[in-house]
Amino acid sequence: MYSYDQYDQQMVDARVAEFRDQAHRRLEGKLTEDQFKPLRLMNGLYLQLHAYMLRVAIPYGTLNSRQMTALGDIADKYDRGYGHFTTRQNLQYNWIKLEDAADILADLAKVEMHAIQTSGNCIRNISSDHFAGAAADELVDPRPYAELLRQWSSFHPEFTYLPRKFKIAVIAAEKDRAAMRLHDIGIQIIEKDGEQGGEIGARFYVGGGMGRTPMIAPMIRDFVPLDQLITYSEACLRVYNRYGRRDNKYKARIKILVHELGAEEYTRQVEQEFAHMLDQGVEPPREELERIKPFFDDPAFEDGAKHVDRSDPDFALWVDRNTHRHKHDSYVSAVISLKPVGGIPGDATGEQIRIMARLAKQYSFDELRIMHTQNVVLPHVKIEDLHALWTALDAADLGAPNMDSIEDMIACPGLDYCALANARSIPLAQRISEKFDASGKTEKLGELKLKISGCINACGHHHAGHIGILGVDRKGVENYQLSLGGSEAEDTSLAKITGPGFTEDGVIEAVEKVTDVYLDAREDGERFLDTYRRIGMAPFKEALYD
Amino acid sequence: MTNPDLGTSPDEVQFRFRDDEPADHGTVTVDACCDQTNATAVRIEPGDDARTLLPFLDRLALIEVNFPAYGDGRGYSSARILREAGYAGELRAVGDVLIDQLSHMRRCGFDAFAPDQRLDEDDAARAFATWDNVYQRTVDGRKTIQETRHE
Amino acid sequence: MKILTGNDLKSGAVIWWDGENWSLHVDAAADVGIHGEEILAREEALRRVNVPYIIDGEATADGVRPAHIKDRVRALGPTVRPDLTIKPLNAQALDWII
Repeated sequence: MYSYDQYDQQMVDARVAEFRDQAHRRLEGKLTEDQFKPLRLMNGLYLQLHAYMLRVAIPYGTLNSRQMTALGDIADKYDRGYGHFTTRQNLQYNWIKLEDAADILADLAKVEMHAIQTSGNCIRNISSDHFAGAAADELVDPRPYAELLRQWSSFHPEFTYLPRKFKIAVIAAEKDRAAMRLHDIGIQIIEKDGEQGGEIGARFYVGGGMGRTPMIAPMIRDFVPLDQLITYSEACLRVYNRYGRRDNKYKARIKILVHELGAEEYTRQVEQEFAHMLDQGVEPPREELERIKPFFDDPAFEDGAKHVDRSDPDFALWVDRNTHRHKHDSYVSAVISLKPVGGIPGDATGEQIRIMARLAKQYSFDELRIMHTQNVVLPHVKIEDLHALWTALDAADLGAPNMDSIEDMIACPGLDYCALANARSIPLAQRISEKFDASGKTEKLGELKLKISGCINACGHHHAGHIGILGVDRKGVENYQLSLGGSEAEDTSLAKITGPGFTEDGVIEAVEKVTDVYLDAREDGERFLDTYRRIGMAPFKEALYD
Repeated sequence: MTNPDLGTSPDEVQFRFRDDEPADHGTVTVDACCDQTNATAVRIEPGDDARTLLPFLDRLALIEVNFPAYGDGRGYSSARILREAGYAGELRAVGDVLIDQLSHMRRCGFDAFAPDQRLDEDDAARAFATWDNVYQRTVDGRKTIQETRHE
Repeated sequence: MKILTGNDLKSGAVIWWDGENWSLHVDAAADVGIHGEEILAREEALRRVNVPYIIDGEATADGVRPAHIKDRVRALGPTVRPDLTIKPLNAQALDWII
């Protein structure tokens, strides 16, 4: 994976010093909270319900065991012994003191990590496919392109005060594991036939997003040559910075601009700006991409067993559920579930984080990935090591065999932690996983993506859930709206709301009912989503409200 | 016709990175600048299209870019657009200009700063010197990290 | 009653105005009547509190109860981690929030 050179390190060190100075000026009163807020946000420091919250960037979700260990140590040293993995492939600490924040950033900088641009109206951490570099179905590893974008977007002088936050995802497979078209810019690395055989380039989707006005990004350019990738991105951003709405925070995301102008007109403006920018020399030298690529070369894979011993049914179930096909047939990618039955989705203790780091070192060429579904991946595990790995995970309460099942739900921190939330998300997640696990229904349901948000900002991706739950505030009481039919995969779709909302008990009952409708109506091989798409909303509504 | 209430005077310029004498002209709005052929100083508001000024750059000695609120980043694009088009006169950031925006403004081509509230000189000096190296090519002509890596 | 709350500037901890100082305990919250704004302005300027605001509360037999659930969560702590609330040993404390 990528490792810093002296310049990357210098940038991060400079930022630590700058933030230390800013925090100092705030504490001594030279900065008001209004002036300090955007500065702390650009370093990922929020003020939440109970304390400051620090969000650490994990660029394109990739990290090594040394970095992971440092994250566990910070949880113990500065927080209350745990961290929370987020849907942006990041990690959040919930109990941070402003006085400690600069020291934490310094600890992070020692392991080539930071919290830069994990909040604020700037370009956020670049996300990517959590199986990048390992998946059997990818064209190339998307991470070198993500790294090129990471450097370009870090401390970008023109795009630090955008109308609103800006999220970019990069993938390089037909299968979309990064919710690419629900990003402000989604980039798919593709190959097209050229005169000298296949040529690699980037397809741009712009103007997707969740939040209160969910939209699926339209494609605005079929193919951007790789030596124009940064220039084209810069053109997309400049048009947004100049013309994105600033009169209303809720209409300030690029999706609204693209929607109001129309994709065609937005594209025309981007192309015009792009033509101008081609003369400005903003593209980094082509050698830079070539410098970055070898960091992501395959580790030294060895041939070995292609199958596991399935005599232990618990182990066999975990293998079936939590491993993903690898490009080398003696390896798999193993998913470590952070969704134990009744647990808090995405939370891990400092000790668990260090255990995952150790296992990565032992079994996965020192590499880990964070998934946007709030789980952790060991990307390159030898099939013959799987049993030993599973045994160690299980002992640390990290062996839940539930990837992509209803128990593998996404849940935002909700009203238990978040200052923006209207309702709690985590208790719902806990109760649903307990209920479905106890009844044994999880197994019958197969792939079912449940996503829970505690407010309309949709950090829990409820618009993209096969089943989505949105918590709202109804006259001071928590209330939950149910929606069906969303997908963040390559068949991207937005969920539709079923009807009037429910109480906490009511919505859990409602989830039970819609899964019953599915089990009754499904045809061979159909997932919940497929059945919903075939039979439509009506039978579900009938079961819920009649 | 110049508006005496519009624009900053040289006295209000706290930081300046030019050797020539500060331009001391009343500024006009972008609309007025396009209508009158003798204006030499103009003030851009966030909603103005900086490209409207491109035909007149030769006669302009001072362009002020107003930041009514520091969080409105349109002025950064306006500045770069003007420099990319070859504007060589004074480019002055005025309004809600704060310590922590100085280094980015400088990178986007601003070479004079007239903040509403005078800034602490030491804090500002540190802010201007924040970045020894930079990742992006902009109009300040600084060599990027990526270029340095491949010399 | 009208009560004042915010977060401690340095630590971020939830704090309540007790009439003279800031307390970690909502039960200590004083009724500030019509003087909320002036106290907030003064305390914020002294940099003892961050993002303070005025809320409605009720004096009950069990102590001061903020009107909105969000402030009750703030007063106690995350409902999903009773061990991290300010009353970790009191199993009934969570019922107070809902």
